[in-house]
Amino acid sequence: MSWTLVIDVLSWALFLGGGFFLFVGSLGMLRLPDFWSRLHAASIIDSAGVGLILAGMLLQTGFSLITVKILIIIGFLLITGPTATHAVANAAFVSGSRPKDIVEDATAPAPVEKAPKKKTKKSAAAKTARKRRA
Amino acid sequence: MMFAFITITIFVCMVMIMIRLFAGPTLYDRVLSLNTFGTCTVLFIGTVGLLFGRPDFLDIALLYALINFVGTIAVLKFFRYRRIGDAPEIPETPDIEASQ
Repeated sequence: MSWTLVIDVLSWALFLGGGFFLFVGSLGMLRLPDFWSRLHAASIIDSAGVGLILAGMLLQTGFSLITVKILIIIGFLLITGPTATHAVANAAFVSGSRPKDIVEDATAPAPVEKAPKKKTKKSAAAKTARKRRA
Repeated sequence: MMFAFITITIFVCMVMIMIRLFAGPTLYDRVLSLNTFGTCTVLFIGTVGLLFGRPDFLDIALLYALINFVGTIAVLKFFRYRRIGDAPEIPETPDIEASQ
């Protein structure tokens, strides 16, 4: 008798947490200003909301074939959700969309860029020195 | 009681994601909200099945999760290569070489 009460309280907690993350994620998808920040909100729904709500359903159904089905759904959604989100983000990045604050390409290695600039400056200085000598 | 609560919550979230799906400024907003809408639909079918005492709906939810993933990848592949089937040659997209 107390065992069912414990399971009910645990699944209420899981449902409240999952509903909170689901609501926060969808509100962020509605209100955030950029595509990349909306991507962050969608990944909250894909990981936290799905995991908590399906765990609450898993506690409510007891131990039967339904448990195996819910476990299969949890595993599949936890694999394919981040994969689909990464595919959308990669397609948007390849098509030329960038976040607002980034001016230049942030993925380019910085010291390799700086090294030829110094060489060109030195070579320019050497050229001017040669011109002066001539 | 708890299944009714979580079903109503999921329905409200689906309405908000649907607004973003219709009002998304770019194509990728629409594809992302379509994927999230499918994930919420999987949760909705599962909770409705447990709410009305018919847990066989979980099979439909699993099938919907499979089709949702394949559909998202298919839409992205179509807008990248402009064809669904075999794509033998990559069309000229100079942004790919610039990003790598």
